[in-house]
Amino acid sequence: MSKLYSGAEIVFKCLEDQDVEFIFGYPGGAVLPIYDELKNHSSIKHILVRHEQGAGHAAEGYARSSGKPGVVLVTSGPGATNVVTALTDAYMDSVPLVCISGQVPTHLIGTDAFQECDTTGITRPCTKHNWLVKDIKDLPKILHDAFHVATTGRPGPVLVDIPKDIQFDKANYSKPKKVKKTNGKSHNRFSQNDIDELINLISKAKKPVVYSGGGVINSGPKASEALREFVRLIGFPITSTLQGLGAFPGDDNQFIGMLGMHGTYEANNAMHDCDLLINIGARFDDRITGKIDEFSPKSKKVHIDIDPSSINKIIKVDLAIVGDVNEVLKSTIKKINKKQNGIKSSNKQNISKWWEQIQKWRTKDSLGFINSKKTIKPQYAVQRLYELTKNQDTFITTEVGQHQMWAAQHYKFNKPNRWMTSGGLGTMGYGLPAAVGVQIAHPDKLVIDIAGEASVLMTMQEMSTAVQYNLPIKIFVLNNQYMGMVRQWQELLHEKNYSESYSEALPDFVKLAEAYGCKGIIAKNPEELDSKIKEMVDHNGPVIFDCHVDPNENCFPMIPSGKPHNQMILGPNDKKDNKITSKGKALV
Amino acid sequence: MANPKSAYSITTKKGKLDTHIFVIWVDNEAGVLARVVGLFSGRGYNIESLAVAEVDATKNISRITIVTTGTPQVIDQIKLQLKKLVPVHKVADFKREDKKVIFKEMALLKVVGKKKKIEKCLKACKSFNPVILDETKQSVVIQITALRREIDKMSKKLKPHGLTSTSRTGAIAMTRGAETFK
Repeated sequence: MSKLYSGAEIVFKCLEDQDVEFIFGYPGGAVLPIYDELKNHSSIKHILVRHEQGAGHAAEGYARSSGKPGVVLVTSGPGATNVVTALTDAYMDSVPLVCISGQVPTHLIGTDAFQECDTTGITRPCTKHNWLVKDIKDLPKILHDAFHVATTGRPGPVLVDIPKDIQFDKANYSKPKKVKKTNGKSHNRFSQNDIDELINLISKAKKPVVYSGGGVINSGPKASEALREFVRLIGFPITSTLQGLGAFPGDDNQFIGMLGMHGTYEANNAMHDCDLLINIGARFDDRITGKIDEFSPKSKKVHIDIDPSSINKIIKVDLAIVGDVNEVLKSTIKKINKKQNGIKSSNKQNISKWWEQIQKWRTKDSLGFINSKKTIKPQYAVQRLYELTKNQDTFITTEVGQHQMWAAQHYKFNKPNRWMTSGGLGTMGYGLPAAVGVQIAHPDKLVIDIAGEASVLMTMQEMSTAVQYNLPIKIFVLNNQYMGMVRQWQELLHEKNYSESYSEALPDFVKLAEAYGCKGIIAKNPEELDSKIKEMVDHNGPVIFDCHVDPNENCFPMIPSGKPHNQMILGPNDKKDNKITSKGKALV
Repeated sequence: MANPKSAYSITTKKGKLDTHIFVIWVDNEAGVLARVVGLFSGRGYNIESLAVAEVDATKNISRITIVTTGTPQVIDQIKLQLKKLVPVHKVADFKREDKKVIFKEMALLKVVGKKKKIEKCLKACKSFNPVILDETKQSVVIQITALRREIDKMSKKLKPHGLTSTSRTGAIAMTRGAETFK
């Protein structure tokens, strides 16, 4: 008979066989046997966070920057409920997470025991799948399945709830098997006919646009390479969603900027006027489409996605290609090259007029802003940060709000997996713990959290984690003393009634940094900004950078509520009065 | 709200609502029904009726039958979302008007009253395979099998004749002929 292992040992044997190097977690009564076992497994390092939400976001940052699943270990009850926000965030943004939670012993389940909660019930809607382990014999298979489900198809979070008695129980261990497709869930369903149809549409298009999304990033670095090759081959303009930034170089001439609510004038107008729209790994999110019945009214639409349920969910498409982005792009490129049907030259002529139109839109300079010599404009701060960090491989995370949009607009990404932001769920407090996870995955790289002062206070305790593990993350706080995006909406939609959006009693961030044992830097005017940013970048340790910016600055361009893509509000330079109707206000 | 539209999910036209019957084959494991039902409630789909039981004890497969209404787009989404659930093996959906599929629902009707009234009730049930499961001097429990709307009609009709209690199973479905759904 083979050797028997305890449940806790089996957990670690599984993690080892899944090549897990880091766990983000927080101990507690119901996971103590697993924590006890930690000392016997030197290949796995545990990162102690300060709050379970931080563990989840750190694991997300780790996963998104490395392409490997993030692993979270929490206790029962409050440990599990605290991680729910991060699980939901990962679910919305398709990040592979494996969360292991402790549970009260099997015989106490259902008795309202101390620190008991219905973890699998609570996390059912925010995970791809979850398991409550009721028999020690099932544990190895469940854990291996968990990794399989989290990382295949459209990635996402999973949770395995392990009662404390199961952690003590003994059973045999089995290695992961080559998993067959779970219940017939295949992901590459496209045929060569689909590819032919796509090439046919490409060759006919006169006003095409490529709209790429986070699916390209999730498909791996090879998918980004394929995207670059594909887009250069066909010569089409390309725009990207918030999550897709970095898949195509942000400073390339074919890149027309981010689209959507705070996207560029040229990207949104191209979406509206195009005759062919190729969606690659994006999901027609409402922040992208604006008013649905006026969304890209004249175009043939192609949707490439690994998740069949994303297709025709919001926008009806003419050609759906279900498959992994990388696979689809590779076979398309191959077919185009093989066909030699002259796409390369003739098509570029077909669309030369379209490019002229795009150049005209570009002259609007929709990301422009009126700079100031007295106060730091937040856009200027992001621009300077970009200029001073672009020659090294920099990883950016953000919180949620105006600063996030300014970062997306003004920081140019040239590689995938360098941009970690909470898009679907919009979780304030995401960026700081995510930066912790990114720095763990890339210890020698520069990791910056472009933050807002309101967001960053939600998970500020994780600075303590950064200090403990000597993670030199830089928290670049665009401090405007307001919940900026809330303030902006109140200004534009609620008659400047700034209800509860001003941050009273903000802490002194420099002193706060010092209290955590890291460096604090403050910048108040544009002249000192560059030297202070350099000081931050050069400091070998965590830094909180308190950048005082103009509190009244708004994030433009903006598609207001209830308007289609071609009716954007541009910045203060724009003369056209594009008022939001009272009807529009109701439609958020 | 007078105008429940949202700027980012305005549908061009409210499509026609169809009634569909979904048949879902799932692993018979703890929580699987909650996953299916939670998907419906979480995404705002409605359930008209639900029937579920294990159908294959060796393979551990349960068969869930759900009657729902929605626009073609919603029906499509329900199907695709169901297929994503890990314990779901296959999903079939049939339009209620589909002639190739049999739909049946069973009901137990308790009628309390004098002999005459009970006889009247039994007569009314005649075309729905009535079976008397229990009989006393002043009551009867009748089992009928019929379509959903027929049972609706019956319970309305029998109310004045002493129908005091109705219990229904929810619709179950099976394709006609030798073919099985794959």
